Amino acid sequence: MTIHTDDGLATYNFAYLDEQTKRMIRRAILKGIAIPGYQVPFASREMPMPYGWGTGGVQVTAAVIGPDDVLKVIDQGADDTTNAVSIRNFFAKVAEVETTTDTATASIIQTRHRIPEEKLKEGQILVYQVPIPEPLRFLEPRETETRKMHALSEYGLMHVKLYEDIAKNGHIATTYAYPVKVEGRYVMDPSPTPKFDNPKMHMSDALQLFGAGREKRIYAIPPHTDVVSLDFEDYPFEVQTFVEPCALCAAHGVYLDEVILDDKGGRMFVCSDTDHCEKRREGGHRGHLAGDARETAQ
Amino acid sequence: MYVAVKGGETAIRNAHRLLANRRRGDPSVPSLTLEQIAEQLALACDRVMSEGSVYDRDLAALAIKQARGDLIEAIFLLRAYRTTLPRFGYSEPVDTAAMQVERRISATYKDLPGGQMLGPTFDYTHRLLDPALAGDEEVEAPESHESDETPVVRVSDILAREGLIENDGVSESEEIGDLTRTPMEFPMNRDTRLQALSRGDEGFLLALGYSTQRGYARSHPFAGEIRIGEVDVEFDVPELGFTVTLGRIRVTECQMVNQFQGSSKAPPQFTRGYGLVFGQSERKAMAMALCDRALRATELGEDIVAAAQDEEFVISHSDNVQATGFVEHLKLPHYVDFQAELDLVRRMRAEHAARRDSDSDSDSAMPEAAE
Amino acid sequence: MTDQPLLCVNGVSKFYGNRIGCQDVGLELWLGEVLAIVGESGSGKTTLLNCISTRLPPTAGTVSYRMRDGQMRDLYRMGEAERRFLMRTDWGFVHQNPADGLRMSVSAGANVGERLMAVGERHYGNIRETAEDWLGRVEIGLDRIDDQPRDFSGGMRQRLQIARNLVTVPRLVFMDEPTGGLDVSVQARLLDLLRGLVNDLGLAVVVVTHDLAVARLLSHRIMVMKDGAVVETGLTDRVLDDPREPYTQLLVSSILQV
Repeated sequence: MTIHTDDGLATYNFAYLDEQTKRMIRRAILKGIAIPGYQVPFASREMPMPYGWGTGGVQVTAAVIGPDDVLKVIDQGADDTTNAVSIRNFFAKVAEVETTTDTATASIIQTRHRIPEEKLKEGQILVYQVPIPEPLRFLEPRETETRKMHALSEYGLMHVKLYEDIAKNGHIATTYAYPVKVEGRYVMDPSPTPKFDNPKMHMSDALQLFGAGREKRIYAIPPHTDVVSLDFEDYPFEVQTFVEPCALCAAHGVYLDEVILDDKGGRMFVCSDTDHCEKRREGGHRGHLAGDARETAQ
Repeated sequence: MYVAVKGGETAIRNAHRLLANRRRGDPSVPSLTLEQIAEQLALACDRVMSEGSVYDRDLAALAIKQARGDLIEAIFLLRAYRTTLPRFGYSEPVDTAAMQVERRISATYKDLPGGQMLGPTFDYTHRLLDPALAGDEEVEAPESHESDETPVVRVSDILAREGLIENDGVSESEEIGDLTRTPMEFPMNRDTRLQALSRGDEGFLLALGYSTQRGYARSHPFAGEIRIGEVDVEFDVPELGFTVTLGRIRVTECQMVNQFQGSSKAPPQFTRGYGLVFGQSERKAMAMALCDRALRATELGEDIVAAAQDEEFVISHSDNVQATGFVEHLKLPHYVDFQAELDLVRRMRAEHAARRDSDSDSDSAMPEAAE
Repeated sequence: MTDQPLLCVNGVSKFYGNRIGCQDVGLELWLGEVLAIVGESGSGKTTLLNCISTRLPPTAGTVSYRMRDGQMRDLYRMGEAERRFLMRTDWGFVHQNPADGLRMSVSAGANVGERLMAVGERHYGNIRETAEDWLGRVEIGLDRIDDQPRDFSGGMRQRLQIARNLVTVPRLVFMDEPTGGLDVSVQARLLDLLRGLVNDLGLAVVVVTHDLAVARLLSHRIMVMKDGAVVETGLTDRVLDDPREPYTQLLVSSILQV
């Protein structure tokens, strides 16, 4: 299947990548699924967006997407952030697939930095954009050494870091990209999602795929897989909690963004997951600032 | 008041319109033609072809125009185009001994068969701005002579006859690696390493090469030979049973000759650092040769003491398309993670303040601080 | 259990090209025994130490070790995973320069606790308690537990390195010039501490030193090396008081009597 552009100059294969490349990426994905949490090297291609801007996620999505898929792209939980828009438009153009902002109807969700609040279902694929796939990178910069550490399950250093946090701050001071152990074997970087989202990865019904384009790695968490955030028995893993509910939809127990209202310290907290927030408001939930927001949106 | 970020799509569209406008500049000034760029900014095209890894002067010119003269952006455009190209096969290694040379110098011999040829070089020009160039002055036709078609022997071949320099060497593996098709893994073989260096960022390699000269992994280099000229690209067609020439490309080759004391495995002899890039770019080819030699430290049993010898460090950071993408990605929204850090810092500050308060409470003799 | 040696070295040689590192060395080490390898610099003692501690594959010969289950195993035929596990649980290695054996930018507590975490200890309180205990045993003040070794004196760093190695209660510890680079009074205190720990824990130790005083104080047996080969071996007091080989006599007479 080939997509022709209007000017007739350039032609692209369906979903941009040629079939050979897609097969190569699919093999990497299958290997990743077979060895949950293991980083599979793949021959990442140059994409028409910069490295570090989601090229890994884009390649994974391009390799798994079909004409009948419905794609949702979020960045920071929102469908409308510029990079999400850009990637969504890219696939709308090169794969002519249906796009959506609705978490429930999407068959593929590509994300940067968040996992949707709504529980994902069987059959859905969540594709993460990953900048640095190596959880040990900032403890040991050498690839040759970290690969050996993974191979031999030498993860003591990871706990040394957590130990240092507690010794220094009285609690673990890692707030995002919080390392997890997958299926009792590989320590994995969940990409820079806030640790708030870590529990959603555990025993998820959806398939989770991770693509790091610049670093040329793919890894995966198959559905119903054990994903445990590293911690100590006496300092168990905890997620962030917010005192206030969302100012627009009054939701509790969701991740909130802080929005600065003026230069006098005024601020509000609203859902980072825009789709979730909108659905709740449609369902009649009202936060204390919801009226104002409706007015300005006109 | 709070406005949900809904304008993303329109904002992007408008930004790109503005970009197109700024790229064109003042419409009363004639638009640059690709021919003008290819002909008059030829070295910019060479760099874009070389680091973009596509030998196509017109596309390079187009990329430079589209990128408003930002060469790394132009390289990126060319690379993104390159990945979509189907791969027919691999050409035969180019034979630089058979090069039709336009420039050829050796720093190791005063004179040598084939002679020293300066060619079109900036060397020995006095770097004085030339006001005449602001206009469109006629330029004198260059001196030329008929090429006698005899190949110009390479300095490395002259040294090799006496066994003074190591051989070209054979690839460590059966097949030559392809950086763009197989996942990069360390340690690398020299073939893939040279590919990475050849498309590596000129500035980065220049700085690293320079560092080796200043004592960070000193390797006593001599510029054995630098040659610039055209070589045939040949392709072996199995169906035909012979190779066919696809065309000619212009390349710059640099062979650095380095002292080597010998090791338990090899006798004392000169070793080589190798640089080969598309187009005319001596600076890049020389820097590449210095880096190549420095990166052979492990192979030659030398101590790794400096950044330029560290394969993982050099190769992981030499690609400017990767580097610029990741550095610039910092401008993408990170507010979800920032929120998490904000929360943590606030909490830690509160704990800190609480600790301080309880300390000062217990110390009742302390006078109240002014509020 | 003690009917078999803990460590058994047979015909170990190491060549660097044509140069000899060490040649045809054999030795046996028993649980609770301290062996000193002495010689001038360049005598091959450090090469030998590296060969038997699996840090440098020998050109020839075998090194076997009696595992906790009583089996003798050839160390160079073990998988890397098993070997590295052995190294961080049942073995210790004390480097001459503490910076080579410590994580300089990680607190003293974490330096001691790392091995515990590596073998699966996941209770912060217990790890810290054990670290405190060990810092106490090597005479480092508990108020220094959260400080980084870069702020420690040379002697303290070396004591911290020892604690870091002993925390998993290994059976065998290798030491490479453990008192080298320290001034004399600090050396004396460290040797005293080491002797106490080795006795209390019943450690088997292979210590490499050029300093016969260190060998005298710490070791039961001594092995004298010259040009990569063993010239004399025997009980420490016997070799030092009654050296038989001319080279050993020279070595002993060339230093002050201890």
